[in-house]
Amino acid sequence: MKAETETFEKIKTPQKSESSIPPLGGVGGAVAVMEALVAENVETIFGYPGGAIMPIYDALYDYNEKLKHILVRHEQGAIHAAQGYARVSGKCGVVFATSGPGATNLVTGLADAMIDSTPVVCITGQVFAHLLGTDAFQETDVINITTPVTKWNYQVTDATEIPVVLAKAFYIAKSGRPGPVVIDITKNAQLQKFDYKGYEKCEHIRSYRPKPIIRKKFIEEAAKLINGAERPFVIFGQGVILGKAEKEFKKFIEKAGIPAAWTILGMSAIPTDHPLGVGMLGMHGNYGPNVLTNECDVLIAVGMRFDDRVTGRLDKYAKQAKVIHLDIDPAEIDKNVKATVPVWGDCRETLPLLTELIEQKVYPQWLQRFRDYMQKEEDKVIKEELNPSGDTLTMGEVIRELNELTKADAIIVTDVGQHQMVACRYAQFNKTKSNITSGGLGTMGFALPAAIGAAYGDPSRPTVAIIGDGGFQMTLQELGTIMQFKPNVNIIILNNNFLGMVRQWQQLFHENRYSFVDITSPDFVQVAKGFGIPGKSISKREDIKPALKEMLDNNGSYLLEIMVGKENNVFPMVPQGRGVSEIVLSKEEL
Amino acid sequence: MLKQEYTITVYTENQIGLLNRIAIIFSRRKINIESLNTSPSEVDSVHRFTIVINETEDVVKKLCRQIEKQVEVLKAYYNTQEEIVWQELALYKVPTDVIAEEVKVERLLREHGAKAVVIRKDYTVFEVAGHREETDNLIKVLEPYGLIEFVRSARVAIIKNSDGFHEKLKEFEHREPGEDAIENEYLAKKDEVFSM
Repeated sequence: MKAETETFEKIKTPQKSESSIPPLGGVGGAVAVMEALVAENVETIFGYPGGAIMPIYDALYDYNEKLKHILVRHEQGAIHAAQGYARVSGKCGVVFATSGPGATNLVTGLADAMIDSTPVVCITGQVFAHLLGTDAFQETDVINITTPVTKWNYQVTDATEIPVVLAKAFYIAKSGRPGPVVIDITKNAQLQKFDYKGYEKCEHIRSYRPKPIIRKKFIEEAAKLINGAERPFVIFGQGVILGKAEKEFKKFIEKAGIPAAWTILGMSAIPTDHPLGVGMLGMHGNYGPNVLTNECDVLIAVGMRFDDRVTGRLDKYAKQAKVIHLDIDPAEIDKNVKATVPVWGDCRETLPLLTELIEQKVYPQWLQRFRDYMQKEEDKVIKEELNPSGDTLTMGEVIRELNELTKADAIIVTDVGQHQMVACRYAQFNKTKSNITSGGLGTMGFALPAAIGAAYGDPSRPTVAIIGDGGFQMTLQELGTIMQFKPNVNIIILNNNFLGMVRQWQQLFHENRYSFVDITSPDFVQVAKGFGIPGKSISKREDIKPALKEMLDNNGSYLLEIMVGKENNVFPMVPQGRGVSEIVLSKEEL
Repeated sequence: MLKQEYTITVYTENQIGLLNRIAIIFSRRKINIESLNTSPSEVDSVHRFTIVINETEDVVKKLCRQIEKQVEVLKAYYNTQEEIVWQELALYKVPTDVIAEEVKVERLLREHGAKAVVIRKDYTVFEVAGHREETDNLIKVLEPYGLIEFVRSARVAIIKNSDGFHEKLKEFEHREPGEDAIENEYLAKKDEVFSM
């Protein structure tokens, strides 16, 4: 009886260890993992235990005070949460998962973090080293599965490697162009006791150059081009945010007086109402920036990679312009668009050098052209989207009301599809690291777990997850994580009873043949209720504002379902295979 | 741009899994690797990959940057045939009786620069080191006599215009690596571009 009580007590309150390093008999590999996390200032881990990672979870039991572990409901949720955390906090996300299915469930998130350059360190358990290659229980070749979707990965089979390998993992994930790292640790290495010599952070790997050398010559050439330009145009991406170069960037465009448009991931690096901010680039971006990309004489790309959703058809992209490309990743220069002047380097370092050399200027006529196009877009698209004349609700008016209530202070996490495009087109931001979305990979199901991570990444601001009815059903199990750990997540489901973006394409490009886009949904409010999360479903215009207010005022998470028009389309649109200046404002123009 | 044969030389750390990391850069883009060799290099602890592909220069240049992006890769170079000295090694197994009776072995050895590696009662193994057409030629010669087995090694290549990796490595080991020029076609034609 007594023993049982003791066990029970132990379960109720994990004991704080006297000293984190046992003095005798060495330190187990799993403890070395904990020490590494503490040394790297990790505060939050998203994970899910299992057989092959049990020694690490056992060590975690003693580190309960220093390391907060969030038990997710699926490993994909863990990595998306870590991504959301990393994107909002600017720190490195950390994930624990077990071998086999635990690790394979991370793959989508790894691919997402890879293409969106998010620093995440995933620690996966692996079967005992002597069982590798024997098709052991829950054995998968995690290293080879994750190689194409990681910046770096490594399998540890001996505990003595743990401090050095984890130091490398954090250094590689965070430095240069960030990315995901997987460290696969066999169970024997987690259990193995060894003579622990302490943890030393990694600062140099001889074969790895996180930042290319800045060459003054190119900065000078870039400045010369900018100073001679008549219609210069700046386009910027997440590199500005990842490089923590928001201030430097703002100074640069303000001195240069050049209009600047953001990619979907660059959004929020400058306030959306900045006088030189001319909107979003890309397939569903704003009219002016797309059209005028093909009229500028000097195109200055900062920390962006000319994704096909930004460029449209490459042979019709900015052919008239001289291109200055600032990027930290040498492989991005000339990859899609040839740079006239490449400026390799960390834009936090290169931008001030460039700002120094450029002349203070304004381009009132040129800027006016962006405004004229914005007016045209306003008249033809935005007005009706934000203040619709019809009865059915639009996604845009929800975002407009949300902007008014949050005063552009919220973290907006979006999923993938029509609601994502509408939210990113109309959401307003006055703080950086506020627009969290799956940009490159387009991962449906990203938003709910990423919003959980975002809420931990910056609890001082409201986190609003905006999700479609389809995407929500992909990872709604994470409501369980919210139920248990109570992060403050405001969930808005924009329900159009369709897989809207695919439906839009089927309507526009497949002769209205709606093939499996008609998705039914459960009663989302009842589902949330089952997880102890209050909620409401609305379909009337007059309810939007009070319902949003109720959601934001609610202490704790809340789910608000808003029924919107079934067959609304997102415009403007650069149809696939067309150039950016062939952007259309309506179906009729296609 | 025309496709032609390029030999890519990659200096790397010796790390398990790196071969896969490099190989999938090609397979992801559906590019066939004609030949791949891994070996030590002139520098202790640094490995050297030699990869042959048929592609345009534009593609090869991008591939090299993707390869260099890998954490454990020190440097990737690409060269045309003219810029390298290269060899491949081929082995030919033929029935000894036929060869002894019907072929003027001495002439064969002389003309093709071949060596007999093994001579047994039942079979003989010849070896030729050389360019592709040289090793191919001997296949044609030996086929009528019942070529039992043939195998050719991957290409190994020396870059004519290279000072080796000793000096380069010092730069890498230094915490602030030295200037490393990356070619850019516009910079080569600077006068045309910067005439404002």
